[in-house]
Amino acid sequence: MSIMVDGESRIVVQGITGSEGSFHTSQCIEYGTQVVAGVTPGKGGMLFEEKVPVFNTVSEAVEKEGADVAMIFVPPAFAADAVKEAADAGVRLAVCITEGIPALDMVEVVAYCKSRGTRLLGPNCPGVISPGKAKVGIMPGFVHQEGSIGVISRSGTLTYEAVDQLTRLGLGQTTSIGIGGDPIPGTSFVDCLEMFAEDPDTKGVVLIGEIGGTAEEEAAAVIADDYPLPVVSFIAGSTAPPGKRMGHAGAIIAGGKGTAAEKMKALSEAGVTVVDSPSVIGQAMTEILSG
Amino acid sequence: MKLHEYQSKKLFQQQGIKVPEGGVADTPAAARAVAEDLFGKGASRVAVKAQVHAGGRGKGGGIKLASSPEEAELFTEGMLGTSLVTPQTGPEGVQVRSVLIEAGADIATELYLGVTLDRSNQCAVVIASSEGGMAIEEVAAEKPEAILRELVDPGWGLQGFQARRLAYGLGLTGVPQRGAAKVILQLAQLFQDLDSSLVEINPLIITADDEVVALDAKINIDDNCLFRRPDLVELRDLSEEDVLEVEASEHNLTYNALDGTIGCMVNGAGLAMATMDEILLAGGSPANFLDVGGSASAETVANAFRILMKAPDLQAVLINICGGIVRGDRVAKGIIEALDQVEVNVPVVVRLQGTNAEEGRRLLAESSLEFTLAETLNEAASKAVEMSQ
Repeated sequence: MSIMVDGESRIVVQGITGSEGSFHTSQCIEYGTQVVAGVTPGKGGMLFEEKVPVFNTVSEAVEKEGADVAMIFVPPAFAADAVKEAADAGVRLAVCITEGIPALDMVEVVAYCKSRGTRLLGPNCPGVISPGKAKVGIMPGFVHQEGSIGVISRSGTLTYEAVDQLTRLGLGQTTSIGIGGDPIPGTSFVDCLEMFAEDPDTKGVVLIGEIGGTAEEEAAAVIADDYPLPVVSFIAGSTAPPGKRMGHAGAIIAGGKGTAAEKMKALSEAGVTVVDSPSVIGQAMTEILSG
Repeated sequence: MKLHEYQSKKLFQQQGIKVPEGGVADTPAAARAVAEDLFGKGASRVAVKAQVHAGGRGKGGGIKLASSPEEAELFTEGMLGTSLVTPQTGPEGVQVRSVLIEAGADIATELYLGVTLDRSNQCAVVIASSEGGMAIEEVAAEKPEAILRELVDPGWGLQGFQARRLAYGLGLTGVPQRGAAKVILQLAQLFQDLDSSLVEINPLIITADDEVVALDAKINIDDNCLFRRPDLVELRDLSEEDVLEVEASEHNLTYNALDGTIGCMVNGAGLAMATMDEILLAGGSPANFLDVGGSASAETVANAFRILMKAPDLQAVLINICGGIVRGDRVAKGIIEALDQVEVNVPVVVRLQGTNAEEGRRLLAESSLEFTLAETLNEAASKAVEMSQ
């Protein structure tokens, strides 16, 4: 099995006619994802790649094509509204790839999505992939392989490293989720841990964190409370200086809080295998599962 | 983006928050003129405050009290053009380019008031403390019970009763309590209106005649909102920022200068941090953090290279690109193009993985330029460290 998305998921792409949106939509279709509709206000009626209908609004896409997952490539100035539109149209999952959305917009968007019962993933994230079933995001499909490990990460490319190792070692992934690098993410590590715990096919979880915030500490608290699966973790940013934003809007050590050392300590104490190099994530998981 | 104290205070005033009377000056003579005006209006002394984007100024000699216009001029002369070293700057300090001259206040009580994002609760939070004048992090560590918090409901905003609860919690009553509650509501509104990530008053004072005054002011703006706030972009002081960081931001690259010897060029923030960590594990030290983005093109790679080569003390360069959407062959072309134009006098280690990485490695191997290729991240880091020594 998998979590969040699978072969049944029906995707509507918001911003499908933009350069990023159209490129990645093609990649998702090529991977085998069911992209059933696109939305670009003003371009309703056209066909994307001669087969995917484009609508002016998300609610039309939901009504006419039965879309239940939105993938959002709308630029930062319009992204908050786009996510709310998806939530209001009733999709169960909105995956927001867009980077650079103001944090206070996200505070509002997260509250709005909760009020509509829509799960938001991201923003500023690579999306989610359930290998062999559906790819809803910008990750390279070919490094993934259907398997038994759940992957959760605040990073994009660093996740591909870990996924690549799991694939080479034959463990594969049930689902790999990028929760994004922003300070106000729609979905947290804790949410993903809970979903993986319910998935009978997931045998272990890889959690890739980084400096800033307390999401890793919150994950540690859940794992310490009899979490049923083994967890391997790497935290990026041990060498990051305090007060500097390290690329991701959320990756900042503020007021001495949010350091890699604190996070690693919390996770270790919760029973997580914390590795100090991303190169050995796969190996560590193999050792746990075979031992 | 950080604002200066004098800029923040202007915004406070527009919101109705009282600040001491004063003016900004960038020459000793101008400082004297402001001081003369303030003494003429009855001030018994004036504060001379260095305007830099770093906290802890008092500890570094960046805040002085003058009892005459001549003394204000003298203090200003001593500050302007010098490097101010505070607990928040590096040992090299920051250049003082202007000072704020303000009428001295008659302080009865010092408080702390701030609004920032609460990441775990996913909303804004108002933080207040009776321990004004101290860094809030220190209060949190030493006297956590002295910190009061009120979460701001994103749908409704901060409510009047919450502001009153905070003001009473600070031990205030009567006129000061009402005044403080009003400032709390005004500050929460300002936080929202300015798209800020932090607004802070430390200290917020109650004067001997019960007035509530912001003696200091700090505002940080969320960089992500600048596209819709040309009014705030105008307040950006580029001279306070690292030259290379500014140049990088013009090319949509994220660059942070560090003090090591190995230059790093990586795609993706998480991988970039992990690469720095791996260099440290291998016994070296990174010269910078440079994220060329998850979808780097040949052109971004070339620009990144030019910026990277300007870093001081550079002894080796490590390029680590994990091709996902970005294709390895394009990255390789970018590197070759950049090395053709930029003089490179240090060894370069390249690791290419992912989409079209084979093709990229072949292009690099066939070029006339000298590279060391690496397969894994730790191999790449070890090689770079070895070559930097």
